[in-house]
Amino acid sequence: MSSLNSTIFKLAGLALLACVPLTGESFYVELAAKTLVLAIFAMSLDLLVGFTGLVSFGHAAYFGVAAYSVALLSPKYEAASLWYVLPASVGLSALAALVVGLFVLRTKGIYFIMVTLAFAQLAFFVFHDTPLGGGSDGIYLNVKPTAAIAGWVPFDLDNATHLYYFILGALVVVYAFLARILQSPFGRVLVGIKSNEHRMQSMGYLTFRYKLAAFALAGGLGGVAGFLYAVVFGFVTPELLSWHQSGNVLLMVILGGMGNLVGAIAGAFVFTGMQEVFGNWTKHWQLVMGCVIVAAVLFMPGGLSAVPGRIKRALQGGGSNE
Amino acid sequence: MPAGQGTLMDFASFLIQMLNSLQYGLLLFLVASGLTLVFGIMGIINLAHGSFYMIGAYLAFVLTSATGSLFLAILLGIPLTFIVGAFLEWALFSHLYKREHLEQVLLTYGLILIFEELRSLLVGDEVHGVDIPAIFSASIPLSDVLSYPVYRLVISGVCIVLAVALYFVIQRTRLGMMIRAGNHDRTMVEALGININMIYRVVFALGFALAALAGMLAAPISSVFPNMGSHVLIISFVIVVIGGIGSVWGALIAALVIGFADTFGKVLLPDYAGMVVYLVMAVVLLWRPEGILKKG
Repeated sequence: MSSLNSTIFKLAGLALLACVPLTGESFYVELAAKTLVLAIFAMSLDLLVGFTGLVSFGHAAYFGVAAYSVALLSPKYEAASLWYVLPASVGLSALAALVVGLFVLRTKGIYFIMVTLAFAQLAFFVFHDTPLGGGSDGIYLNVKPTAAIAGWVPFDLDNATHLYYFILGALVVVYAFLARILQSPFGRVLVGIKSNEHRMQSMGYLTFRYKLAAFALAGGLGGVAGFLYAVVFGFVTPELLSWHQSGNVLLMVILGGMGNLVGAIAGAFVFTGMQEVFGNWTKHWQLVMGCVIVAAVLFMPGGLSAVPGRIKRALQGGGSNE
Repeated sequence: MPAGQGTLMDFASFLIQMLNSLQYGLLLFLVASGLTLVFGIMGIINLAHGSFYMIGAYLAFVLTSATGSLFLAILLGIPLTFIVGAFLEWALFSHLYKREHLEQVLLTYGLILIFEELRSLLVGDEVHGVDIPAIFSASIPLSDVLSYPVYRLVISGVCIVLAVALYFVIQRTRLGMMIRAGNHDRTMVEALGININMIYRVVFALGFALAALAGMLAAPISSVFPNMGSHVLIISFVIVVIGGIGSVWGALIAALVIGFADTFGKVLLPDYAGMVVYLVMAVVLLWRPEGILKKG
């Protein structure tokens, strides 16, 4: 029953998102597109944080690597083929995650958090200090990739509506892919590692390999988001790899409640929503945001997706916590 | 900050870079020692630790403007930050001990936003300078053209004195014994009737005051600017990782290594300077995933 409800809920949400371009307001379409990109990013991190129990604080690195890859792989004044730059940039971000994973997965707990952060800073400085990607100024993606296959153009990424539906399609594909993965034996092992890695090891699973695969996969999917971000904004800066970006996406995952893909999407919407509302209200919106975060941790363990359950329990008058 | 004029170094400029490395490393140690103690003893990952450094630097600016003396500013600033630290521990961090690292990351991330915006509201977003106290404003000539500012030597001296004092407190006093015991086994310490919560409060407040003091000392040479805490935070993380969580001596060794790597990296490989520190960390992790000195 509840799964039927949630399927209806998901389809309704999807229908709602599909209607956004019908408003004809380009501001809202672009805002929604940006939010969907962040939602994909948040889902990719949720695979690590929520399902595998690996709290990565450097996920922005893979987002940024893919974004830079599109900009660097595209010719300066011509359109690159989507069917070449998308797999290439996603592949490069997965490769970067694979290499970093070999180092960081040797560590656990607090170490893991700090070391993922430090490697993301390393990547940040690669783009910030060296001339590779235009230094601290970043680079432009002058022409968006073209989807042409042998002269036939199925859709045009220069068209805001086409681009929006392309991103929405990517969101659905990434969601379905992750949902399928989590149902697979591979996904069950990841969840097992989260709840008790030693037990998985004693059952004979080489958990390091599973964690490495999850880390690379999450990096690649984060790369999908980074690719889309570069295409939407046509501009890439080292800030995309900054630790604030890693913090923000972690925030989205936690806001939505970890280990819940729909929650990650909701977290991205709540985050950009707060940013817009507080940002219109005061120049110092980060102060309000900070207070909301602190209050959320102190008073709302479990994130947004735990709220309905808590309300339900409160209404049933149990009076007992957890 | 070291200037990279070329790859060839004569003895005087080599000496200057050595002294700069030492001073930078020791200053980083002041920040990282508090961070590693809070990690090791309370098991808390505190992203806001870099903000404490930033708060110290701004306090130095504000109090020096008000009193006209950096000495007075530091004398007022240390007890002030100690009290604020104790208050923060009571109001926020004491609720985090039994929570997951993730929630600690989140709450302290929120704190960074709050501190930065409060700083922006109260002091503004401009870059400020703090004057070097007159009696330390001289420079010692090393060659015809090169000289070394006395104030940097003073910073190194103060840091060395503090490191020795910290060693004495931790190894030779009753408080230090309780801190070491708390680092080892919290439950056992509580069972022995020691008020562990008070130990936590003192350690946290001490960490805050040390980071703020580092900021106050650095203010005249680095100037005071928005987001100055975040770079220091991440470098301190690297130091804690290299040194081993909870190990103050590991932090000292690591801070000096990072001080040298960063300073000489900037001189010898100016284009790749930002990366040198992280490469050092990667090598140490391959060699010893738990840091040079393991906790204990």
